[in-house]
Amino acid sequence: MDTAESATTVKKNSKFKQSLINFFTDLYKINQFILRFFREAFVPPFELKEIVRQCFEVGVRSFTLISVTGFIVGVIFTKQSRPSLSEFGAQSWLPSLVSIAIMRALAPLVTALIASGKVGSSIGAELGSMRVTEQIDAMEVSGTKPFKFLVCTRVIATTLTIPILSTYTGLIAILGGYLNVSQNEGTSWSTFIQQVFEPLTFVDFVASLIKSIVFGFTIGIVGCYQGYNSTKGTEGVGKAANGAVVTAMFLVFIEEVIIVQITSWFR
Amino acid sequence: MKKTKTQADHSNPVISIRGLKKAFEDYAVLRGIDLDLYQGENLVVLGRSGTGKSVLIKIISGLLKPDAGEITVLGHNMEQINEKELQELRVRIGFSFQNSALYDSMTVRKNLEFPLVRNRKGITRAEIDNSVETVLDAVGLSQTINQMPSELSGGQRKRIGIARTLILNPEIMLYDEPTAGLDPITCIEINDLINEVQQRYNTSSIIITHDLTCAKQTGDRIAMLLDGQFQRTGTFDEVFDTDDSRVKPFFDYNFIH
Repeated sequence: MDTAESATTVKKNSKFKQSLINFFTDLYKINQFILRFFREAFVPPFELKEIVRQCFEVGVRSFTLISVTGFIVGVIFTKQSRPSLSEFGAQSWLPSLVSIAIMRALAPLVTALIASGKVGSSIGAELGSMRVTEQIDAMEVSGTKPFKFLVCTRVIATTLTIPILSTYTGLIAILGGYLNVSQNEGTSWSTFIQQVFEPLTFVDFVASLIKSIVFGFTIGIVGCYQGYNSTKGTEGVGKAANGAVVTAMFLVFIEEVIIVQITSWFR
Repeated sequence: MKKTKTQADHSNPVISIRGLKKAFEDYAVLRGIDLDLYQGENLVVLGRSGTGKSVLIKIISGLLKPDAGEITVLGHNMEQINEKELQELRVRIGFSFQNSALYDSMTVRKNLEFPLVRNRKGITRAEIDNSVETVLDAVGLSQTINQMPSELSGGQRKRIGIARTLILNPEIMLYDEPTAGLDPITCIEINDLINEVQQRYNTSSIIITHDLTCAKQTGDRIAMLLDGQFQRTGTFDEVFDTDDSRVKPFFDYNFIH
């Protein structure tokens, strides 16, 4: 091995070492951020007015997109599943299949992904811009607690609102599925609904709810973390918004796998 | 308002700093600062960009931690202070940011109410309205009460920023580049406002600037920050009565160009 080659190897090793250190440093910082949330969120004074305002913001920001997406998911999923079931003459199972797929997986996942893009990026950009324009510092020096007012309220709002939006997405998707089934199989509303709820168990509803709560918390905390710790001026704001979306989406998929694995033990 | 000579109480420093050091990575910004701010005086900290002027007041307000040195603010040692005490102390210190740092999502009224409702428990609606109107009147911008920050000019934003700090009746005011980015006429108005605040609210102030007109109009005492230390301190004339090659160009540029 000549000198140049050995220098390149050393450089690569030190770069890898630095990346590893940065990764664990970030992990530690995120951990501290989450712990701080739990330390401050449940101690008075509670910013109830701001929490309600943020819930409204989260709901309104995603409502239209979630309505359209939920409906399309229901229609498309039903339409795409029909040929496979037809091969076995089992089209009558369509409502059950749609309900299981939507309630167990699609509704929380689709809602979380849309909220990551719409709400997560917005939180990241908003807090990032407040950080770089010293608005957060201004709150701090005026004797108020910016973490409580900005972070805790937003994380609580996403944690409360995403499950509601997820339930709504599920209902809209089922409505989409019904329209498709009734058009093709002529199934009545009452028969469809009966078949929709028949295969669903208590565990399905609880698992779906827990999933949505976890997703909501993740979207809120990631968006806030990225924005609150934003640096480097306007470039940092863009990075915070982008980082909020990418990280939240990635974590949502990881959490989906873990929660599905855990809930499968209870079935 | 014309600057009138203020009688500062030199037996009573409201801020006392000894041996303050602060570095960012390998670059030492502050290299052993000693400073006293006396009750009722306006102290101007002059220096070029990047010399650590803003870092100094951020350390005083607890936004940054020093690497070494002792800082006493209103009798509190900043190193020994706990979070609750720091929060209480901050209410007694007003901080006017370089870019005003108004909350974009709130109207002027909400901006002014924000620190008040969070620091004065049990305050009534009438008291809040009264305080808001008083400080807006003090900065001469009563008509902007329902406007958003984005609808204000640079000078108006500065004034509202100052009003937001005044609403808590601070004992100390920290101004970070109060005239930066403003036209000369607005600069004079802001300088007058700083003097008015000093007299009306009986505040002691540190004014960070590189604008010599601002320094001359507002400062009872000037401290020149060079190479991480205060090289010259005194009245405006005392500070610039020198042949020091690091100080002279500063004066010449401001008053010749």
